Amino acid sequence: MNDTIDITVNGQHRAVSPGVTLLELLASLALDPRAVVVEHNRTIVRRPALGDVRIGPGDAVELVHFVGGG
Amino acid sequence: MATAVDTLRDTPFTIGGRTFHSRLMVGTGKYRDNDTMVRAIDASGAEIVTVAVRRVDLDRTRETGVLYHLDPKRYFLLANTAGCATAEDAVRYARLAREAGFNEFVKLEVIGDQETLLPDVQGLLEAAKILVKDGFRVLAYTNEDLVTALRLEDAGCTAVMPLASPIGSGLGLLNPYSVRTIKRRLHVPVVVDAGVGTASDACLTMEQGVDGILMNTALAAAQDPVAMAHAMRLAVDAGRTAHLAGRMPRREVAVPSSPLEGMLD
Repeated sequence: MNDTIDITVNGQHRAVSPGVTLLELLASLALDPRAVVVEHNRTIVRRPALGDVRIGPGDAVELVHFVGGG
Repeated sequence: MATAVDTLRDTPFTIGGRTFHSRLMVGTGKYRDNDTMVRAIDASGAEIVTVAVRRVDLDRTRETGVLYHLDPKRYFLLANTAGCATAEDAVRYARLAREAGFNEFVKLEVIGDQETLLPDVQGLLEAAKILVKDGFRVLAYTNEDLVTALRLEDAGCTAVMPLASPIGSGLGLLNPYSVRTIKRRLHVPVVVDAGVGTASDACLTMEQGVDGILMNTALAAAQDPVAMAHAMRLAVDAGRTAHLAGRMPRREVAVPSSPLEGMLD
C-alpha cells in the first residue's frame, strides 16, 4: 500500500498523505485559509468545515482568490 | 455631486440598495504595477472596484492577490465572472466569489465570442436567472441591444451594463442612441461597461443619461494612469452635470448670439 495518494490541486497533480484534511493541505501550501476559497470536487467548502473534510484519492481541489480584473 | 448651482444637485447613485457618491467604477486589471493601480483608483474617486476570481498561484500567492493592495473596507468589491464562456461556468465563479465573503453582488459576464468578447446573451440570461434565484445581486454585462436589456431586467438583474464598445478596445461610445434608449426604457440602473478610451468618451457616455460607467483599460493602459483617472473623474462629473443641465437643441442653421439691432449704418 502506498503511503501517499494522488490528487489534483489547481490542475496540478500532487501526492498527499492519506486522510489529509483540506485545512492541512492549505497549511502544507503555506496558504492562509482566510485568503482563499476552497472548492472540493466542485463543491465549495466553507472555512469552518475545512478541518473536517478529508481528501481522497483522485479528488480535485481548487483554491481561488481575487486578482486584478475589469 | 457638489455643483455651483443648487438646482443641479444630483440624486444619489443607488444600486442594489446601496448608495454611492461616485458614478465611476473601475477595474483592477492590467496595471503595470500595484502601486500605480492603487494611486489611479484613488485619483478616480471610485468606490466600486471590480476584481476577478482566479486560481491561487501556488508558488507566489502574495504577488497576485489583489486584496493585499486594496482595502476591502474602503472599496466595495464587485467580483466579475470574466473569462466564463458558459452559464454554468459563470454561476460557478459567482458562487466562489460570494464565498470570499464581501457581498452578494456579481458583475456577470458570459462571453460568446473570443475575438470581440461580445456577450452570449442566451447564456447571460440563463445565468442571470439562476443567480438571482440564488440571492445574488446581478449586474449584467451585455451588448447595446434593448430587448436583451429588457429581458435582463425582467430576470431580476440589479443593474444592466451595456457596452460602449468591445472590452479593452478604447473605441468609445459607438452607439449613443441604443444606450440612451436602454436608459430610457429600463427602471434598474444602467451602467455602461467597457470601451471607454479617454475622458471625452466618458463625458459623452454620461451625457446620455446613464447612471454610471465602469472602466478598466482606459486607466490601466494610459501612459499616465493616475492622471487619466483624475481626468475620468472630472469627465464623469461633467457629463453627468451636462445631462442634468439639459443641452440646447441642435439646429441646422446658425443663430447669432449677438444682437442684430444697433449695428452701424
